[in-house]
Amino acid sequence: MKAAMMGIYTLWLRDITRFVRDKPRIISSSVQPLLWLFVLGLGLSTAFVRGGGDNDYMRFIYPGIISMSVLFTSIFSAVSIIWDREFGFLKEVLVAPIPRWSVAVGRALGGSTVAVLQGTIILVVAPLVGVSFTFSQLALAFLIMFMIAFSMTSFGILIAARMHTHEGFQVVVNFILLPMFFLSGAMFPVSEGLPAWMQALVRINPLSYGVDALRQTLVGIKINSIWLDLSVVAGFGAFALIMAVWYFEKHE
Amino acid sequence: MPTIIEVSKLAKDYNGHSAVKGISFAVERGEIFGFLGPNGAGKTTTISMLCTLLRPTSGSATVGGYDIIKNRLAVRQSIGLVFQDPSLDERLTALENLKFHGMIYGIPRAERGRRIDEVLELVELSGRRHDMVRTFSGGMKRRLEIARGLMHRPRVLFLDEPTLGLDPQTRHHIWDYINRLRVDEGLTIFLTTHYMDEAEHCARIAIIDNGELIAIDTPEKLKVQVGSDVIVLIADDNTRAAIEIQEKFAVAAKEVNGELSLQVEAGEHFMPALIKGLESRVTSMSLRKPTLEDVFLNLTGRKIREEKLEGMDQVRSRVRSKRRQQR
Repeated sequence: MKAAMMGIYTLWLRDITRFVRDKPRIISSSVQPLLWLFVLGLGLSTAFVRGGGDNDYMRFIYPGIISMSVLFTSIFSAVSIIWDREFGFLKEVLVAPIPRWSVAVGRALGGSTVAVLQGTIILVVAPLVGVSFTFSQLALAFLIMFMIAFSMTSFGILIAARMHTHEGFQVVVNFILLPMFFLSGAMFPVSEGLPAWMQALVRINPLSYGVDALRQTLVGIKINSIWLDLSVVAGFGAFALIMAVWYFEKHE
Repeated sequence: MPTIIEVSKLAKDYNGHSAVKGISFAVERGEIFGFLGPNGAGKTTTISMLCTLLRPTSGSATVGGYDIIKNRLAVRQSIGLVFQDPSLDERLTALENLKFHGMIYGIPRAERGRRIDEVLELVELSGRRHDMVRTFSGGMKRRLEIARGLMHRPRVLFLDEPTLGLDPQTRHHIWDYINRLRVDEGLTIFLTTHYMDEAEHCARIAIIDNGELIAIDTPEKLKVQVGSDVIVLIADDNTRAAIEIQEKFAVAAKEVNGELSLQVEAGEHFMPALIKGLESRVTSMSLRKPTLEDVFLNLTGRKIREEKLEGMDQVRSRVRSKRRQQR
């Protein structure tokens, strides 16, 4: 057990060390969500105002953009397992005297910590969007960000464990990442007015619940109860982690 | 000498193709044991099974007294491993690579720093400890990997093609370390190679071909099997010359890569007789002592070919140059 804990801690520390060092990566992966928020968000909100809506589009997408940042960072850092495999580092870890499951858990924790840090960068610009919150709202937001990050990183590890070349990466982006993001309610309201098929996809998308939780915490717009949201995200995270660990133990 | 690795009928199948066909052997404590064979003979597969990275299809083995199937974590704790392909994290410094290794092998913090200094000193990389591994040359990376493999004081060090793709000077350097480790630390070293001259460093050699052990002995004894001398000649018509030699001298001449090779006793007396008696036109002739290459040729009828940089290494260098362009 001690070996497993040390394994988890080591793999976590490695992710953090690499993240903190790679400043260009931090900047470039912060720029994208900020562009979405301030350029696309501002642009579209003028369109919505002309269409007769209120001027709250920026506030509306703000939690969605945080979720996007967390989602993308989580999946990308999980999928970096493929690079570890190709560049051999995974072998060094797999031949070490630590159980396989601790490797998967360590990566999941490392990836989700990095994702929360990326999300925090977007959280910092809250005043510019006209969002303010209390300390307890902030604490809850961190918890939700971490839950989203952890479940998405575990999901990413599950995908990476089954994927053996980096060519498959584009497939992940196009068939999993973007649909998940578009169908999560991050960019537009999904509570009503959508075609039935789209509504159904939104409902089975675990990220929808994470976005809803974050949105009701930060700006007070909600679809589900917070408990339902948190349960779905936690349940999906647990399921993905167990599957990832199982797959890792069996195939690596 | 007590045995430290015991292998019994170990076999590995991949989708019906058997990569390793039930091999058995033992390695003694404190020896340098070499696994020699061409590419695809089953060397890496065997090493991967002994290191618990691959589960054998059948058979069993113990390393350091621990069963490789039932007691995998204990096996892993008692071995050090240097892979054929580099397995360092290039985006970390040399020091960080070693630190993380020490952590996952459960070396206490206080002890860790001391051991890092020690192994860096050994491979002469102390001055580069804070540099990113991606700035290291191939030889430095290999040395760092050896340092890492030794940090947790393993009882057996596995080296899979330790000098593949390195220049002769670095190869020489790495062999110096390996020899010193065996003498100073009493370490057992298990290595695979297809370089004949490297195999000469080993106390004992197992020759593997097509997943089967075809010989296991000291290099000297293996070479004695071949005969005391080897004569290599090139004739205008090698096939006819071979037949003539067989008829007149009762010596079998093997043709490999356009050369005829003859294994004979007392070659210095045989050669003049050969020159005098042979009617075929010969363009060159030389006499030398047998090498392990001759042993392999004798056992399999083939030569072990030199390996080029291929597979993963190529992908890696391509990816790297691509990344550099993007920056």
